Amino acid sequence: MKSQVAPPGTKRERPGWRRWRRLTPWIAAAAVLAACSGPGTDQTTPAQAPAAVGKLNSVAVVTHGSPGDAFWNVVKNGAEAAGDQLGVRVEYNSSGDPSQQAKLIDNAVAQGVDGLVVSMANPDALRTSVEKAVSAGIPVVTINSGEDKSTAFGAIGHVGQSERQAGESAGKRLSDAGKHKMLCVIHEAGNIGANERCAGATQGFGTAVTLQVDINNPTDAQARIRGALEADSSIDAVLTLNSQIAARAVDAVRESKSKAAIATFDLNDDVVRAIQAGSLLFAVDQQQYEQGYLPVVMLKLYRSNLNSVGGGHPVQTGPAFVDKTNVDVVAGLVAQGTR
Amino acid sequence: MSVATTASEPTTRTEGLRASILQRLVVRPELGALIGALVVFLFFSIITDKFLSALGVSNWLDDASTLGIMAVAVALLMIGGEFDLSAGVMTASTALVTGLLVVNAGWNVWLALAVSLIFALAVGALNGWVVMRTGLPSFIVTLGTFLALQGLNLGVTRWVTGTVQVSGIRGADGYQSAGWVFASTTDIGDAHIQASVVWWIVLTAIAAIVLMRTRFGNWIFAVGGSLPSARAVGVPAARTKIILFMTTAFAGWVVGACNLLRFSSVQANQGVGLEFQYIIAAVVGGCLLTGGFGSVVGAALGALTFGMARQGIVFAGWNSDWFMLFLGVLLLSAVLVNNEFKKRAERVRR
Repeated sequence: MKSQVAPPGTKRERPGWRRWRRLTPWIAAAAVLAACSGPGTDQTTPAQAPAAVGKLNSVAVVTHGSPGDAFWNVVKNGAEAAGDQLGVRVEYNSSGDPSQQAKLIDNAVAQGVDGLVVSMANPDALRTSVEKAVSAGIPVVTINSGEDKSTAFGAIGHVGQSERQAGESAGKRLSDAGKHKMLCVIHEAGNIGANERCAGATQGFGTAVTLQVDINNPTDAQARIRGALEADSSIDAVLTLNSQIAARAVDAVRESKSKAAIATFDLNDDVVRAIQAGSLLFAVDQQQYEQGYLPVVMLKLYRSNLNSVGGGHPVQTGPAFVDKTNVDVVAGLVAQGTR
Repeated sequence: MSVATTASEPTTRTEGLRASILQRLVVRPELGALIGALVVFLFFSIITDKFLSALGVSNWLDDASTLGIMAVAVALLMIGGEFDLSAGVMTASTALVTGLLVVNAGWNVWLALAVSLIFALAVGALNGWVVMRTGLPSFIVTLGTFLALQGLNLGVTRWVTGTVQVSGIRGADGYQSAGWVFASTTDIGDAHIQASVVWWIVLTAIAAIVLMRTRFGNWIFAVGGSLPSARAVGVPAARTKIILFMTTAFAGWVVGACNLLRFSSVQANQGVGLEFQYIIAAVVGGCLLTGGFGSVVGAALGALTFGMARQGIVFAGWNSDWFMLFLGVLLLSAVLVNNEFKKRAERVRR
């Protein structure tokens, strides 16, 4: 290159330099384009986290639960309890919107946390972010959903319950109780986990009718369940996928004078009382406290001792069943927010 | 192209009065948004050490970008005196149309994107046409579209796929090139800048030029300020408003494409409720809920503030329980500051 770079501020410039300067934005643009990379394709495999003994100071937990959800509150309690006991700072964040959840994971990577816990209701959407965390050397444990993608994304383990299997055993249990027609109540449109549970329950039970209700509107939920029961008196089993909706189903069955048995996923005080009173047959408990607690322990063991848990298989937290036989011992634990 | 004076460009009026620089600044609708953004930026830069890092910056820019693309279009529409409540769901609808055509019908990604663009523009035009034809408030009309699209999203997705999300677009024909346009990342040092950030900046610049430097921009202010007067001076009101509704639908298509190609999946319930965030960003940016006043750059700054606050709270490691409270207080104070500036601006104008 012949033209010399003029120091900034000089008034007189040589024509050659001026031509170069006019080109500068284009050169810069070309340089930027050269650094540009497309979104990941199916072929990419994440680099494994370097295995080096270190200290676990901070863990970010990023879930897909909506804030204020009783179920995820128990997960949060579990993670925070483990953090307190192991001397690890645990930060919990969540968003039901997968793109927002991905950004929360990116945020954790930017903060340089020592460990990451992610629930993957929509694994594809989180893939790039999880892989980025893994290649940044942050060990990842996946929880709750997404177990079949966990290893492929480079996570060191998975803690959860297969929604389909849990649904299947719930369906089977209702079928064993001598029921013939089941109503499966989906409380959140577009929730993949709920969809899986109903599909599994249908498989285990035989046939089922699904009903869509809105968890944010309890009045409407109760009215719709009642309507469905009144419209089809042959329904003799109701399966709800959420403890709040279970209480609405109990009321709806009472009001409609239906004889349907009710079973639910997840526990809360209302569910415990209803099981004690005999108006609810059983609750499928996936013991989500473990899904908060165990990953922190796993990350601690991985960081300090290079241990892995599960031997390549997911660690199952459920399904456990709470019915008349064991409800009284569990009741106190539900009240303190750990079951 | 002739540079026309707009009703909302009071600088030209005050010039005759030799107004001080301060006064000239005060009348800009985006000033409040700029101050708000600076305050939030400084606040999180000081109290956290990672907020200002390369990764940190690319993180909150990323969060602000999709919100900003929509906020800019929504701001134009609001200056034109209308709302679009279907804007949030539109981001999912367009992505679902594209996703279903690619994954379930085996189409090329670009072809599917073209069809979903036509779909989006048609819905936008329908919104505008119904509003202008019936004289109903756009709040009601687009609320109807919002509900209808939400139902379609869930119904069609479950009917076609049997589940509630469409995934598996990676590996389809045209994914590489479309992904490069809508979902690539550019590495500048340690920062990974998403394509949506580029889209955001480019669309903001185009919208700002259209609003401030073209005849169509004048029409937007005119129909938003006073519809009868605008009609009286020969502004094609119906055409202007229909184009504005199509603009928000177009922005919804851009965001839908960015999300779909980047996350390679779309959920049927995605986007619900986001319309309020767009309106909030536009209002923080100085747009009036009554129309006729506002700024595109302000809306982009509003989105930036939103993104910085949302990610900054996470960087600060605060308990996420208080997250919405902080966001609410922040937005309210931004709007109050804006309101104060607007009052002063009106005093200056007189």
